Amino acid sequence: MPTIRSVLESMDYGPSPEANTHALAWLENHRGGFNHFIGGRFSASSGGEHFDVMNPASDTLLARVAQGTEADIDAAVKAARKAFASWSKLPGHARARHLYAIVRLVQKRERFLAVLESMDNGKPIRESRDIDIPLVTRHFYHHAGWAELMSTEFRGYGPVGVCGQIIPWNFPLLMLAWKIAPALAAGNTVVLKPAEFTPLTALAFAEICREAGLPPGVVNIVCGDGTTGAHLVNHGSVDKIAFTGSTDVGRLIRQATAGTGKKLSLELGGKSPFIVYEDADLDAAVEGVVDAIWFNQGQVCCAGSRLLIQEGVASRFIAKLKRRMETLRVGDPLDKSIDVGAIVAPVQLQRIRELVKQGEAEGGTLWQSSCAIPTKGSFFAPSLFLDVGPASTVVQEEIFGPVAVAMTFRTPEEAVQLANHTRYGLAATVWSENLNLALDTAARVKAGVVWVNSTNLFDAAAGFGGYKESGFGREGGREGMYEYVTGTWLKDLPQVALPKGPALSALPAEIAEHGSIDRTAKLFIGGKQTRPDSGYSYSVLNPKGSSIGQAGLGNRKDIRNAVEAAVKVAGWGGATAHNRAQVLYYIAENLSARATEFAQRLGDMGQRPKLAAAEVEASIRRIFYYAAQADKYDGRVHSTRSRNVTLAMNEPFGVMGLLCPDEAPLLGFVSLVMPAIAMGNRVVAVPSPRQPLAATDFYQVLETSDVPAGVINIATGDREELARTLAEHDEVDCLWYHGAAAGCAAVEKASAGNLKSTWTNQGRQLDWFSEMQGQGEEYLRHATQVKNIWIPYGE
Amino acid sequence: MNQALPPHGGNNAAHARNRGTPLHTEWFEAVQVNLSASERRAATLTTRRSVKKEYQAAWLVKAMQCIDLTTLAGDDTDARVHRLCAKAMRPLRGDLVKALGLADDPPRVGAVCVYPLLVAPAVKALAGSGIPVASVATGFPAGLTPLPQRLAEIRYAVDQGAREIDIVIHRAQVLDQDWAALYDEVSAMREACGEAHLKAILATGDLKTLRNVYKASMVAMMAGADFIKTSTGKEDVNATLPVSLTMVRALRDYGEYTGEKIGFKPAGGIRTAKDAVAWLILMKEELGREWLEPDLFRIGASSMLADIERQIEHFVTGRYAALSHHALA
Repeated sequence: MPTIRSVLESMDYGPSPEANTHALAWLENHRGGFNHFIGGRFSASSGGEHFDVMNPASDTLLARVAQGTEADIDAAVKAARKAFASWSKLPGHARARHLYAIVRLVQKRERFLAVLESMDNGKPIRESRDIDIPLVTRHFYHHAGWAELMSTEFRGYGPVGVCGQIIPWNFPLLMLAWKIAPALAAGNTVVLKPAEFTPLTALAFAEICREAGLPPGVVNIVCGDGTTGAHLVNHGSVDKIAFTGSTDVGRLIRQATAGTGKKLSLELGGKSPFIVYEDADLDAAVEGVVDAIWFNQGQVCCAGSRLLIQEGVASRFIAKLKRRMETLRVGDPLDKSIDVGAIVAPVQLQRIRELVKQGEAEGGTLWQSSCAIPTKGSFFAPSLFLDVGPASTVVQEEIFGPVAVAMTFRTPEEAVQLANHTRYGLAATVWSENLNLALDTAARVKAGVVWVNSTNLFDAAAGFGGYKESGFGREGGREGMYEYVTGTWLKDLPQVALPKGPALSALPAEIAEHGSIDRTAKLFIGGKQTRPDSGYSYSVLNPKGSSIGQAGLGNRKDIRNAVEAAVKVAGWGGATAHNRAQVLYYIAENLSARATEFAQRLGDMGQRPKLAAAEVEASIRRIFYYAAQADKYDGRVHSTRSRNVTLAMNEPFGVMGLLCPDEAPLLGFVSLVMPAIAMGNRVVAVPSPRQPLAATDFYQVLETSDVPAGVINIATGDREELARTLAEHDEVDCLWYHGAAAGCAAVEKASAGNLKSTWTNQGRQLDWFSEMQGQGEEYLRHATQVKNIWIPYGE
Repeated sequence: MNQALPPHGGNNAAHARNRGTPLHTEWFEAVQVNLSASERRAATLTTRRSVKKEYQAAWLVKAMQCIDLTTLAGDDTDARVHRLCAKAMRPLRGDLVKALGLADDPPRVGAVCVYPLLVAPAVKALAGSGIPVASVATGFPAGLTPLPQRLAEIRYAVDQGAREIDIVIHRAQVLDQDWAALYDEVSAMREACGEAHLKAILATGDLKTLRNVYKASMVAMMAGADFIKTSTGKEDVNATLPVSLTMVRALRDYGEYTGEKIGFKPAGGIRTAKDAVAWLILMKEELGREWLEPDLFRIGASSMLADIERQIEHFVTGRYAALSHHALA
């Protein structure tokens, strides 16, 4: 023990251990090994195998946990299915009470859970105590509220069913809360698989569910590794998969669930930019870096890991940052004076070391804090890479460790360019005291969450989730709830009839209708009528098999050209909603002027005259509906922290591919194109291959309606071939598909490449005349992604 | 703030006085201080660091050594000041000093701080102890008397034996952003201090914004302040951690520009041992070990001392202590 005199000299902090006697006692009680929590009971694995769970700070064994087998997953899914029958029927208020009961108990166990989390994961007790666990309770309270409000706030929506949820090891209990709370609130039941490195707080949570009297089977927890997760993903009776983890695994899950009808939300990796402008509070921004990349050892999907610093302040900022790094303390996660704890496992430490080594080999200059590093356990010094560029591996790859990379920029323009030059789009941070600059940057950065003059702020009322290859779907707030509900009208819809008659043929038709002057339908790309690249056209047949005209047989090059044209007209999303509405009204006006002609065309396709006229009329109304919505489907200001505006902005995806249905050739086309463009997207639409002529006639309406060239592109041809090209195209951000089930499966699978958001009819046939099925906010929601911008204020 | 920094220069010795600089408004005019971020840093300083057991005891002794034991009341008398000085020389009960192993060199406070008319009795009471007497001056607390009188007050206090002068700045000069006027006044005050150290009270509760606090800090240091101090104790908001954070960052920036080392003194509203540790953590984290000594750090307080004594007694005996068991200040 040091003398008082010696401490007066050194003024060191000394050890400040958080007691862990209760957690140790709990582990001791489970010395025999932890089991799965299935149907309200803890049951041994069918395979009888266990795996070790280690404390990464000391490399000591904490517990042995059952390894989930396919049979375990099956048992859990069955239990969840059984529980779903009654749980989903409970009034929202009853579910709210259950959630409330759970969270009250979580709160009463908050220190136990915090200590256990730090032992299992290696994160500093300060973080588990002050950040993780308070956010867990906040999330459950918030969602107890959604349970209460389900019937009024989500009219027409019901639970999805049994949700399979796979969570990562970086925020074990918090990610559990993010998954379970909304699922239960909406009336779903869940099978959750915690990460194999960190299952302990999930098991403690299972005990809390039991203690709180949650009905058996509503929450099931099956532990295990990636194979256990794969069994869950592949289980036929699971209705939804929610996954948080790496982009690579997310891609596999997208492929595995393609065509199964499983709803999917993915929260994946990131390499989030952290922009510091020269008019920032530099000392504050330095603390921001600490909160961004040295929080949770940098094992944070939204970690601000790419520092972009304006040249004029770069050397000063880096000097301040280096000085700050020297005061970081690395060590025992249960010490209250520790900033950076242990890396979750040796294998992760190894990955960090390898990437850092590569960064040095590629010429990067590594700067590390000289703080003391424990010799035992998995620890890594806070690190900063200088002299790196966009081509450096460490700048591109998510390191998932306490390693920041720093680059400079000259202008706001360049900052945004560098920020967006990544396959990811999870989060971004902007430091500037100039509101114009900060908000302009926030608007232009492609990321699901943007923090202005702050970083890593979270709240249950705000959505969290990524753009681009950081995944799709949101967690938290109203936008997050939509991931756990489904439109009740979707049940019992008939399957799409497989197309009858011969395949599209470029050969001369045997019989043809002859009437008015022949009109050659072309493709419509970049505002121009274009001949198909293939040089082929195909005969469009009426139900009698008689040719009523020719349509271009589009191919992958036409899609390439169409996407290129759509990419160019990025200004459409920046136009005012009023302007877009004006264009839509103009389209409706011009369609109305030619209503008879369109009805005639539909009649030629075999539509009865009355129905044909009704379809044109419904199309005009639909255009009016989306013109009306253009400036009304707007964002929200979420109630999160005090003295803070959290803006939830609905942003267009960008370029969307639309594969239109065969039913209602005009109305179906209009029903997909109009919501997409009303929200500011540019589209490449593939009309019904069987009956494309109403859509190709439509480009003449577009030509007279002030639609900017490239906003709507129309390519006719084989749906499946064109859909595949669109799904595989990395510049296409979102894809809607209406067609047969096999086609849905194919586009979902092919979309895994850039993890574009897909929305398909799941092979079901919609009634496009129905206002419930054929239009509504559902379409607008799928045409937008929510960006949450956090702006603390105060002088 | 994108101009290049001058190379470090000047005398780095801890006790060298601030030589000041000409007024460089370009050092601070573009400064940005973000309130929310400052609050976040301030709030997490004390959740990121903690001291326990013997470390806590030692840190509390350190806090004690950094106290400017203060009485600034209208009813102060010679006898009252005498009593305060006795406490300043023996702030901790003898048995506790012994138990801490500090009997060979018992702790004493950093200074005793009084009004000018009470400097003489304080000097007398502290004779031979080496504890300096600090006097407030310049029309404390509002500072709204004519400059010649304010300067005369400084000279009076120095003549009476004050070795430190806690001046108040003319807040209007900050609110009007009249930096030249502020610089000139504080420079004149520094000159009036002579050998006595100048501690500039910014009265941050009146300045309101952190930007103002930063700028006023910079001007006071340029004009030669040896210490910058938050408050008189008479404003409606006294020392807070976010304000202190802004001041110590200004102090650090000034040090980078000039090589000078400036002291910091939070004052007003600091009443508990926990508060004392919070400010020590702030100093250590933002400025380093060197700023944990009374030549660069003081805490203006009166009642805080009693709480520190009680905490130390608890450390020594394991029992919770009664206030009446410790000598009154």
